Amino acid sequence: MAEILLRSKGSIGIMVEAEVIRPNIFAGKKKEEIEGLLVWQGPVQLPLGEFFDVDVSGAGSPEETNILIEGDVSRIKRIGQGMKAGRIEIHGCAGMHLGAEMAGGSIFVQGDAGSFAGMEMLGGLLHIAGSAGDHVGSAYRGSWRGMTGGQITVDGSARSQLGGGLAGGLIVVAGNVENFCGIRQSGGLILVKGSTVRGTGAEMNGGTIAVCGAIRQFSPGFIETGREENVLLGDMQLEGWYAKFTGDYALGKNPKGSLYCREE
Amino acid sequence: MAATMIIRNGYVFDPLNEINGEIKDVFIKDGKVVADLYEGEKRDAKVINASGKTVMPGGVDSHAHVAGAKVNAGRLMRPEDHYKFIRQKTALTHSGSGYTIPSVYKQGYDYVAMGYTTVFEAAMPPLEARHTHEEMRATPILDMGAYLVLGNNWFVMRYLKEGDIEKAAAYVAWMMRTHKAYGIKCVNPGGVENWGWAKNVHGLDEPNMHFEITSREIIHGLAEVNELLGMPMSLHLHTNNLGHPGNWEITRDSLAIPSDIKPCQKTGANWAETKMNSHRVQSVYLAHAQFSAFGGTSWRDFQSGAAGLVDYVNKSDHVVIDNGAVPFGPATAMTGDGPAIHDLYMLSGQKWSNTDVEMECGSGVIPFVYLKSSPISSIQWAMGLELLLLINDPWKTIMTTDHPNGGVFTQYPQVITWLMSKKARDDTAKECHKWAYDKSSLGGVDREMSLYEIAILTRANSARTIGMSCRKGHLGAGADGDVTVYDIDPDNLNLNDTAALTAKLARPDYTVKDGRIVARQGEIVAVPEGRRYYCRPYVDDALEKEMLIDVKDWFKYYTVGVANYPVPEKYLKNPVAIPVNATEAEALVRS
Repeated sequence: MAEILLRSKGSIGIMVEAEVIRPNIFAGKKKEEIEGLLVWQGPVQLPLGEFFDVDVSGAGSPEETNILIEGDVSRIKRIGQGMKAGRIEIHGCAGMHLGAEMAGGSIFVQGDAGSFAGMEMLGGLLHIAGSAGDHVGSAYRGSWRGMTGGQITVDGSARSQLGGGLAGGLIVVAGNVENFCGIRQSGGLILVKGSTVRGTGAEMNGGTIAVCGAIRQFSPGFIETGREENVLLGDMQLEGWYAKFTGDYALGKNPKGSLYCREE
Repeated sequence: MAATMIIRNGYVFDPLNEINGEIKDVFIKDGKVVADLYEGEKRDAKVINASGKTVMPGGVDSHAHVAGAKVNAGRLMRPEDHYKFIRQKTALTHSGSGYTIPSVYKQGYDYVAMGYTTVFEAAMPPLEARHTHEEMRATPILDMGAYLVLGNNWFVMRYLKEGDIEKAAAYVAWMMRTHKAYGIKCVNPGGVENWGWAKNVHGLDEPNMHFEITSREIIHGLAEVNELLGMPMSLHLHTNNLGHPGNWEITRDSLAIPSDIKPCQKTGANWAETKMNSHRVQSVYLAHAQFSAFGGTSWRDFQSGAAGLVDYVNKSDHVVIDNGAVPFGPATAMTGDGPAIHDLYMLSGQKWSNTDVEMECGSGVIPFVYLKSSPISSIQWAMGLELLLLINDPWKTIMTTDHPNGGVFTQYPQVITWLMSKKARDDTAKECHKWAYDKSSLGGVDREMSLYEIAILTRANSARTIGMSCRKGHLGAGADGDVTVYDIDPDNLNLNDTAALTAKLARPDYTVKDGRIVARQGEIVAVPEGRRYYCRPYVDDALEKEMLIDVKDWFKYYTVGVANYPVPEKYLKNPVAIPVNATEAEALVRS
């Protein structure tokens, strides 16, 4: 078992691109080697030790590597990007692209996460105890293929384009989300326990969105196909009556997207 | 800086000089190939030891979309094409990004790293000439030029309809000089004009809207104009119905249209020495034949139509084609054929961009992915290779991917490997949809191209076809000192280790430009500025004045003033003007 502690040295000016903070890269490295890993800050590359005090105890494979980050890292981007195994725990807030393209392992953030958390995620678990920014589990700008596997849990709220281009996996938000939740979704499941705003499921062609609160400015391309009580989605049981819609007919003649909305 | 260089003891493949793998030295002085050097010069020369290696002239790409408004539209609409393909800046080179549509710097470096030194932009709309030149001047190292899109131009259509071929020639000549363009490109003749009204044309004898001219008349007219002026390259044709099942027949019939026109180059260029005739013999150069060789009648019974087209090309001496190979993977379809891109949009539902270029032409851009699991993509892969392997005379063929339409130029090494190795083709056929071999004849083709033939398809013939063999595509005395040294020993060529062959083609040991090493095993080591070639054809003053009266009259329909229309020469970095039709005896006058 390896425990690696990164303690933030204080406030950061220009945002730092730290995709090196990843169990696969930290595993088997000594304190000095981790401190020496290079990250970009604007136009210059600096060692990770500029930004963190590093403590290493024990050693192990990536699967057995836990990275603990203490302090505010909301100006550090790409933590855990592409990670395949192990665990990252952040006792504070995280910056953009947290866990982007991650394929395995788990990330836990005690505070908030910036935009593009879990972007194009392939697998693993990403748990944000606070709130998240825009584009959670979505595709990169310009692409229509977002998260394909794994699970993202947001205990707070998230902003716009959550699950944009979602093709697989699961996103659960305890609070509310904003515009275009599940835009261009083709698979997977989005569960929003709060409410959503306009464009929910816009251009979706597959997968499922369930909203336990209200959907404001409901998308015009959805047709109601019935009502269900105590809807079972995978292993999640919703309570009460839900109206079921199919869409988005704005995209094509035979869309396969399902949208559940709690009846009042 | 002007280097004296000896490339020693390599196996030289120089088809225009009929040198087929002979071990010999290549001498370069003041940037040009020379027959020999003085002893003193030899002592001071930079020597590249090429023993056991393959030496070819620098690669020449005669058809790629690398500069201008539609390329940039592709970049703008595809951020996802960029974020995973990053090139860091070095002390010598700029940063860059992009895979199918890289930024101009990265594009230049990537071509050079692959052994190419000359690249021509395949479609420059006149109104976008300024933008195209801006991108070309920012492209490092490469020598470049651009073909002017004229097949749906209002003046061209009007003059050809009126039967005034001389006025049409005067207009084209003026346009070449005005926009610093190199050759005549004709895209979906008549059809793009109709596309302004959401229509197209589907036959060669179908008069288009308002101009009432047929594509047959446009193709013949522009080919005639081309030879009347004596342009270095022939008419470059993108046929009607491109991308539609069953279009191989209209392609064959289109190629037959200029068969009565004799090629005629009247350029003022100094021609470097070659053993073979280095002047072009074709009167039509067909662009990306793969997209115009579709068989079947619909996507359900889609199949390769290459055999029929190949049969015609094998029988004809006035045609050269480039293939527009499909090496699988992401692409960005971009063409002046707006309706063809719209059809692709209707199939794929992808984001799509379309432009109407006023009185001149149009264009469309759409992201596309060729999947090995897709039956159509798999057949297109097979067709791209069939066209090159079934046309017997390599001097009728050029290897391209119609970058970035069929694939990306960085995939050329993969395409060459398929041409050289049947095993490579069979291996890929096993990975892709079975229609690749079931619906084409590729599976039965045993031909494996030699390095000599590859040198024809990637250098000698691309240069000859576009009239650049005056200085490019060979290593005769007087040619530009552009050389590629591959770490390939032709005596110990292992066609079964296809991955190694591709890797060696992708990263030559040396790329030499004008006698200077610019890339070493893929790493850029010098960044000289390239040249920009354009043609300056002349016609009789009286004829030009008569034509310009019409131009000034119709310019009221343009959104720019006629004074702001031309691209001044100072806009180009290292411009090289090629005088065409420039002597008294040649000047085109009213008959």
